Amino acid sequence: MNLWMWLLLSCLLAYTWKLLGYLVPASLLRNPRMSRIAGTMTIGLLASLTVVNAVASGQSLVLDARLGALAAAGIALWLRAPFLVVVIAGAAAAAGLRLLGWD
Amino acid sequence: MGLDSDAAEPAPVKILQSPAVRIGLSISIATGLYGVSFGALSVTSGLDFWQTMALSLLLFSGGSQFAFIGVVAGGGSGIAAMGAATLLGMRNGIYGMQINALLQPRGWRKFAAAQLTIDESTATSTGQTDPDEQKRGFWTAGIGVFVLWNLFTALGALAGGALGDPKQWGLDGAAVAAFLGLLWPRLKGREPVAIAVVCALATVLAVPFVPPGVPILVAAVVAAGIGWFSHGRSDEGLEPDVDPYAENHVHHHHDPAGDHRDRTGDDA
Repeated sequence: MNLWMWLLLSCLLAYTWKLLGYLVPASLLRNPRMSRIAGTMTIGLLASLTVVNAVASGQSLVLDARLGALAAAGIALWLRAPFLVVVIAGAAAAAGLRLLGWD
Repeated sequence: MGLDSDAAEPAPVKILQSPAVRIGLSISIATGLYGVSFGALSVTSGLDFWQTMALSLLLFSGGSQFAFIGVVAGGGSGIAAMGAATLLGMRNGIYGMQINALLQPRGWRKFAAAQLTIDESTATSTGQTDPDEQKRGFWTAGIGVFVLWNLFTALGALAGGALGDPKQWGLDGAAVAAFLGLLWPRLKGREPVAIAVVCALATVLAVPFVPPGVPILVAAVVAAGIGWFSHGRSDEGLEPDVDPYAENHVHHHHDPAGDHRDRTGDDA
């Protein structure tokens, strides 16, 4: 029962974070400087998410098959492949490398 | 407040031809399937089926969910699990700000959008320049990931290890590729590339020193700092994604009502 309580509280807090963002007036982001920050932040967040998913494992940095996925996706994008092909290339590279024994 | 302009999604003509819908569906599948590993890991961490489902349905933020069960699996207390999950969920607030500015959802949609505000839906939406596409991208990815993530969580929780490790299928590689694919179109010109490189470096440097999830916040702060201090050079193509309505009259878009252009002080 105790775990349930913390679990549900976590859900409530997670939703609170999400909703808080929506309570910031949209007009604030129409300010040129704020709008620019939102633009740089999007790039920063996407770059960060890419890196975290590629090399982070908990609090350590690991070089594994996911790097192959990153490279494959990069090549696919370079060749102007559509998004779905890029995603499949990433999955195939990671799965293939693991099959070859590189984890 | 009264004008409910989001009610009529553009007619479903050629909806699958919309780039945002396609991206949203691709990312839904890549991410949704990964729910199997969450479901399986969660029950092995000691949570029961319904606790596992409650996390996927109500908390609905992959990183936070993995953090929660990770702490529990490591013998941590409920309050520690909550702390880790909550810290990780903080970035969704930043996403919420961005989606609110782009989509301006009204009424109940605001509350629904909030629950669907995660990495994938935000990235799909902000990757588009056309306001209608931003909207389609957000809802497609948000609903798509929600449905598949929960289905596959249930599957993973019930079938457990029988399905094997999703890593075998390269699903973690699919996630890496998806985020790079969303970042890629934004890397036009030297400045966006520099921002991406700096933020990627900041992330790598932060990973060993702070709890999982926080490196993304570090990168967000760095990116915000760059945006703040480089203010003035505003023709780098960074703004249109954020404030598409300002020059809506020159945009070609298919909203039959065409009512976006009148939105100004909607917060009053």
